Amino acid sequence: MSDTPIDRVAKATPPSVAGKIRGLSDRTIAWLFVAPTIFLLLAVNIFPLMWTINLSFTNFRANRPNREVDYVGLRNYERILTDGDIWLTMQATAHFLFWTIVLQVLIGFALAWLINRKFKGNDLWTTLIVLPMMLSPAVVGNFWTFLYQPQIGLFNYGISFLTEADPSSFQMIGDVALAPWSIVIVDTWMWTPFVMLICLAGLRSIPDYIYEAAEIDRASKWRQFWTITVPMVLPFLMLAVLFRGIENFKMFDLVVQLTGGGPGSVTELTSINLKREAFEKWRTGYASAYAIILFVTVFGLASIYVKALNKVKER
Amino acid sequence: MSSYSITEPSSRQKWAAGTLVIVYAVITLLPLVWILTTGFKSPVDAIAYPPKVLFEPSLEGYVNLFTTRTRVTPEQLESLPPPASWYEQIVRNRDMVIAGPSRYGERFLNSVIIGFGSTFLSVFLGTLAAYAFSRFKVPMKDDLLFFILSTRMMPPIAVAIPIFLMFRTLGLSDTHLGMILLYTAVNISLAVWLLKGFIDEIPREYEEAALIDGYTRFQAFYKVVLPQAATGIASTAIFCLIFSWNEYAFAVLLTSGTAQTAPPFIPTIIGVGGQDWPAVAAGATLFLVPVMVFTILLRKHLLRGITFGAVRK
Amino acid sequence: MKYAKLLAATALVASSGLAVPRAQADDLTLCWAAWDPANALVELSKEFEAEYGHTMNFEFVPWPNFADRMLNELNSGGKLCDLLIGDSQWIGGGAENGHYVKLNDFFDKEGISMDDFAAATVYAYSTWPKGTPNYYALPAMGDANGWFYRKDWFEKPEIQAAFKEKHGRDLTPPKTQAELLEVAQFFQEREIDGQKRYGAAIFTERGSEGITMGATSSMYPFGFKYEMTPGKYDMEGAVNSPEAVAGLEFYKELYKTATPPGYTDSYMEQSLDAFKSGQVAMAMNWFAFFPGLYADPDVGGEKIGFFVNPGQNVEASTLGGQGISVISYSDKRDAALEYVKWFAQPSVQKKWWDLGGYSCHVSVLNDPGFADSAPFASDFLLAMDNVKDFWQEPAYAELLLAMQKRLHDYVVADVGTAKEALDKLIEDWNETFEDEGKL
Repeated sequence: MSDTPIDRVAKATPPSVAGKIRGLSDRTIAWLFVAPTIFLLLAVNIFPLMWTINLSFTNFRANRPNREVDYVGLRNYERILTDGDIWLTMQATAHFLFWTIVLQVLIGFALAWLINRKFKGNDLWTTLIVLPMMLSPAVVGNFWTFLYQPQIGLFNYGISFLTEADPSSFQMIGDVALAPWSIVIVDTWMWTPFVMLICLAGLRSIPDYIYEAAEIDRASKWRQFWTITVPMVLPFLMLAVLFRGIENFKMFDLVVQLTGGGPGSVTELTSINLKREAFEKWRTGYASAYAIILFVTVFGLASIYVKALNKVKER
Repeated sequence: MSSYSITEPSSRQKWAAGTLVIVYAVITLLPLVWILTTGFKSPVDAIAYPPKVLFEPSLEGYVNLFTTRTRVTPEQLESLPPPASWYEQIVRNRDMVIAGPSRYGERFLNSVIIGFGSTFLSVFLGTLAAYAFSRFKVPMKDDLLFFILSTRMMPPIAVAIPIFLMFRTLGLSDTHLGMILLYTAVNISLAVWLLKGFIDEIPREYEEAALIDGYTRFQAFYKVVLPQAATGIASTAIFCLIFSWNEYAFAVLLTSGTAQTAPPFIPTIIGVGGQDWPAVAAGATLFLVPVMVFTILLRKHLLRGITFGAVRK
Repeated sequence: MKYAKLLAATALVASSGLAVPRAQADDLTLCWAAWDPANALVELSKEFEAEYGHTMNFEFVPWPNFADRMLNELNSGGKLCDLLIGDSQWIGGGAENGHYVKLNDFFDKEGISMDDFAAATVYAYSTWPKGTPNYYALPAMGDANGWFYRKDWFEKPEIQAAFKEKHGRDLTPPKTQAELLEVAQFFQEREIDGQKRYGAAIFTERGSEGITMGATSSMYPFGFKYEMTPGKYDMEGAVNSPEAVAGLEFYKELYKTATPPGYTDSYMEQSLDAFKSGQVAMAMNWFAFFPGLYADPDVGGEKIGFFVNPGQNVEASTLGGQGISVISYSDKRDAALEYVKWFAQPSVQKKWWDLGGYSCHVSVLNDPGFADSAPFASDFLLAMDNVKDFWQEPAYAELLLAMQKRLHDYVVADVGTAKEALDKLIEDWNETFEDEGKL
């Protein structure tokens, strides 16, 4: 017990201060205040993670309580890494990640730049634009299947209005070629405001005097944009990409409601695939190994990225 | 800033920027407006081609949302006494009678119980921890804080399997308590980070003065710090509530009836022959409106909330 | 409403005076899918409530989520359901994992004989291991995949003439799969009453079991089998036999050339929808829906006809249907068993059929008037004679998901050939059975 972080927190509180005060000592208060949080996180995050790691070396199935459980070593990991179907879901995830981030960064940054022109009423419009991202992805995903209906759907109607194509001639979520884009569109619709908000914070953090100095040096607006605006906003933008990247790597609710992974398996992202393995096929051991592989991937990529982000910040 | 400043955009620029942003806003709000209006359409209008912008408002979607109905033959319909209420009349017009209430009310109530329960718990625990982190010298404080943050980055699915097994063993599956504890654990990282930021901004001098006046540390905390942090606590609470309100993945895995929240339920609202879109839209509207209101209330703290306090402006 | 309540209340008061005093009145929850027969069961159960004093609650889950949610419920040891009308394929898992109560002793005690139920339904819905006298459910709802068509369109003279001219024979409900395709293609994009119509509504759903149930309705008649020798799990040469490949290719052709546009993810509801809205000339669906369709004010009555799933090399229909089981985690086992006992009575079974449920009781099915009691009754008997079901193994979900993926990839998403899809399916299934220790 003496080595837990909580004790260290408690010990760190200078006893001299605590002694001066009536009632509970600072040390006790610190212990009391931090312990429940740490305990809860250990119980609901760390303990389960350890359990997942343990399960990943077994052939356990949660729906077969009466079956013998054997340790199978690295067999689950081997099977996953050599499974062609899983690589296909990885590709689908990569496509989704790449395009959602590209589109959201471009549109989000452009919007933030426009809003930062400080036109009248920009606060109101910013708030309205932000609404989609606060909503329940599952409910939104479900309703978008209605908007995507051939013929009667608003989306198809809108496209046909603009391009004069027959609104029943294409189906966003049923077509093999269009389905991957249907999920990109909804995610972009939902989360562009997120990138926009962060970019806006970045733009507003640039002090006016830098531009004023550039004006005096007779730097063109274009040059100002590339030498002042972009580098100053970049750390913010990278942070936005980090958040979106992690979130979309975990993407489940929106896509599961929208396409359910279909048609065939073209929009079956890794989280959906994993959910099928774990809670529909009930290959618990195998799915645990799968979960660990994903977890390590996210953490690995994220920490490399954070290093890069810190370098950019230092400049 | 004076209007003569050289960094102030010209009025033509402002006008152009404003127009572009408003165009974007209108397009992006269309789906939301569509949800709102579809809830007030009749089933026929909802699937009309071309999509109807003007329509005769109907409450059928809302009636269908809250009731279960059975079809009866015209003869049976004749033999019934006249409808006692306007909503019964709407149902009768479709050759049906009301068989009972639907499950939507229960599911919505579950969302309220679990949402508010977990929000209260995470803000309560989060405030305590944030205060400790903010005010006491703690070695490895950064590590501990990073640990708390990192739990939020974990894919839910990575821990879902053992949590499912844990809940099964402890009898927490499909219970309000189980879901409240789970959502609290997910939300607490956000609560600690946000609240630490808010508490850091409260000058220590206030408490120190209180301590000198003879308050205990504990009294100083709840009589001086808490009132100062009230705004921060309120906005943190709303962010926690929005998360647990919207959560789907755990809800679908761990609840089936008693404690099922609205997000897994709304997509399963069906009518005769496929999804009853006006009813789905009505259910979605009732469910989404609270969050929209909160978003507008929160607009000043929005950025801080969605980035875990990483961006404060 | 109020009258109904009043009636029920009166009945309750009346019966409490007459019936044997009960130890206690329980609140029972019965779980099933949300569909037409479920409403009939609610109606039927009012008698049980009146007679026994228990209160019945119902949890009806829409089909696309039914399996997922209920299996999850069972696997988490949940107490939501006291009684479950679970799909036929769940019986293996329900029995082996202890979710379902074994009913043999109860049947013996109450004098319920499985000989009173149609043999095919007992085999399919009640027994595990298959065909042994170990019962985990009482056959509750017989069902198979069948077809219905727009009789009024088929009878139009101009349509009949056009068909005869094109194919040299009379337009009749198809007798073989090949005829089915021919008729469906004939109606595809044909203008009738000033509207463009389509051939057939079939199952292509990806998420639960849709495309497997639909495609096997073509594959079984062509000669698809699961094993070379029953019980040996030797699938090579059976699952990917030339007949199976031909059956799957046939289903893809049907999908590509004779279904409405945007029909990429459709199951029961979409099939009903397409038919009721006048989009299609023919549609496949479970017999369970036929009473409701026949009563439909727009397309029912004289306008609708029914036919059994056409054969090709053999006669075969895809089995649906469910048995009623008592959940072992329930605290109210005795009351739940009382429900089963009540439900097994011939008089209740008769009423069940009258209300729109498909009774499996021989006293109902063998009644001389049965075949004429509804326009689809004789087709139902015909279908039940030749039903084939999916694996009922405890690993059923895994086997089904693999088939869903391979079929949808091939039929809808155009991945590879039929042979490749079935070869891959064998690989998936072999892996599962190896894990199971059965290979």
